[in-house]
Amino acid sequence: MSSRTLPLLFINLGGEMLYILDQRLRAQNIPADKAKKVMNDIITTMFNKKFLEELFKPQELYSKKALRTVFDRLAHASIMRLNQASMDKLYDLMTMAFKYQVLLCPRAKDILLVSFNHMDAIKDFVKDTPSVLSQVDETYRQLIEMYTPLSSGEFQLIRQTLLIFFQDMHIRVSIFLKDKVQNSNGRFVLPISGPVPHGTHIPGLIRMFSCNGEEVKRLQFRNGGNYTGVLREGSFEMFGERVIKLGTNMYSVSRPVETHMSGTSKNSAQKKSVNTAPNPLAKEELNMLARLMGGMEVQKPGNADSGFRVNLFATDEEEEEALISRPDEFSYDVIKIQATKNQQANAELVKIMGDFTEEAGEPCSSSANSKGDDLLAMMDGL
Amino acid sequence: MYHKEKSIQMKSSASALYNNLSVLRIAPRSLTYFTVVHANMVNMVSASWDGLNYSHRQLQSKEANVATSSSLIMQAAWCVLPSRDILVLTSQKGIQMYESDGSIMVYWHALDTPETQTAQAVFARGIAAVREKYICVGISSGSMLVFDVPIKGSNITLSEVLEEHKESITDLASECSGSLECIADMVSADDSGNLCVWKSGEDFQLLNKIPGFDMSCSSVKLWKGTVVAGYGTGQIRLYEAVTGIVHAEVNAHARWIYSLDIAPFSGLLLSAAEDSLVRVWHLTMTPETNSVEVTSQTIPGRNLTTPRTHRQTLTASLPLSPSRSCTCITSV
Repeated sequence: MSSRTLPLLFINLGGEMLYILDQRLRAQNIPADKAKKVMNDIITTMFNKKFLEELFKPQELYSKKALRTVFDRLAHASIMRLNQASMDKLYDLMTMAFKYQVLLCPRAKDILLVSFNHMDAIKDFVKDTPSVLSQVDETYRQLIEMYTPLSSGEFQLIRQTLLIFFQDMHIRVSIFLKDKVQNSNGRFVLPISGPVPHGTHIPGLIRMFSCNGEEVKRLQFRNGGNYTGVLREGSFEMFGERVIKLGTNMYSVSRPVETHMSGTSKNSAQKKSVNTAPNPLAKEELNMLARLMGGMEVQKPGNADSGFRVNLFATDEEEEEALISRPDEFSYDVIKIQATKNQQANAELVKIMGDFTEEAGEPCSSSANSKGDDLLAMMDGL
Repeated sequence: MYHKEKSIQMKSSASALYNNLSVLRIAPRSLTYFTVVHANMVNMVSASWDGLNYSHRQLQSKEANVATSSSLIMQAAWCVLPSRDILVLTSQKGIQMYESDGSIMVYWHALDTPETQTAQAVFARGIAAVREKYICVGISSGSMLVFDVPIKGSNITLSEVLEEHKESITDLASECSGSLECIADMVSADDSGNLCVWKSGEDFQLLNKIPGFDMSCSSVKLWKGTVVAGYGTGQIRLYEAVTGIVHAEVNAHARWIYSLDIAPFSGLLLSAAEDSLVRVWHLTMTPETNSVEVTSQTIPGRNLTTPRTHRQTLTASLPLSPSRSCTCITSV
């Protein structure tokens, strides 16, 4: 649908990821210098110039698989390591949080304010590193340039595109359950109280007019809600009060990050039908992905001393348990891509290309060769 | 008034799209068909009036043979013409038309999609059957396609392209009162809230243009010469179609209106919005004074304020038949 959705999706999901990692780094008492390095490395990779150039080009959204791969890569852009279960949980939390923010935005345009909330926080994380700071500032400018001229209808199209992307995701998040913004069936609650969006009137008034424009009658009706006023408009500039609180950091050391797997067979049937239709643009998308990966510089894991593992769960046992017990329908298929000039790695990529189009474990060797050519050429150029 | 009937479960959830529920009553067979769009698919269910038989079918969007992305469906709606009913699907790739039970595709119109992706999205949205033989469909560029539909068969032809709107078409509606006296046959709405009023024919004639106020009009209806328009601000406005005179303004919802519908004989209007509420209004026309009165209605025995914890997004609302109506409330 909207071809301007990807930058917002990426920046907001990235922002949520940083909130969660920041919380876990503190909770696990990782030394401050290491924690800071991780945050800086990830943010540097996120705002890599070449990467963002690709991102901001008009395009349809990636498949869920491709997007998950990008974030896998991003999470490992530093000395920090995450096990499969932790990465899965991280991704669940990121996506449900952003889904919540998109759904509850008062106006479609407020998605931009949510994005600015994330950007403001990211800027704060790197305020001591001028090189990254300038990249972040440049991204603000690109966001402002691209999005502030859009009409309400165009923003609603972006919102609809995002909601369709998140459709049928109902993972329960304990913070949301506690705050009663999510039901036990995983659906989010839409409030009928509080202020109405900027530009909307509180429901309740019917005005009728004569032919010459004079108001001839007024009727009031009970709106059934408890609306308390109109929201002010937040700032769409580089600085300023955003007014909307969605997209600010909801985690703190005292609020744990937990998800519940609420898979039922009903849900799994739905997920399968949408995701597993053969994708004719698999090659196109993988090429795009390869270009993106090329723009993301990978940090060598470094020696054993500086690297460390972060756990999204309270204990290692819990993490192991989560991996084993994760329902099949919630497993993320990740494409493992190494952007190196290694001949072996390129062969691996061709094989993966086959995997991607076949949606099965078996590589499709005969037809993979021609499809792989473009991709190989691209990888060689990196 | 309305009373709640048996709920019908669709095969999958409804996508967040305007006007996402279409209903066709087939009296001779005591059946009602419902369609709801889910991403690149349309879920169709045929329900017998005795509530005992349900049969489901799914229609896929047709993807043109080019290496571009998947085609999401924007809208599915039945077009009721005197001789036949056609099911129309509009997507990012084009317009598909089926016989009413969805069994045979009778026509496919591909949209012009540029080689490389542009910032402006390309899709078709807004569907209306007009008079005896026209089906009109809106495009994201603001153009509208008018198709000429024969009494039977697949010889459907593109009769005209109307270029009046500059913003994406959101919804189209034809006069639904059944009255032949009405001058205006169709109204079109776009993303800037502009409304165009048309008379059908070999060449469609623009009767009036009602300017918007920079807010998208997502759903529109035409009843007894009155345009009923729902906006992203949650407001509903009623205009006299041919002159553009404002009859009424209702601060109806606290969020974006996603769907409107009218029961033509009783004048009951339904509005559904992202605030999770469905509201019922009663429209009374007084021809002598050329005025329309709007009052709010509550459905007896049904409290619109359901407990907070059960509130879910309304992405669909309901078209109405003369005597019966049904709601489909689904979540994203």
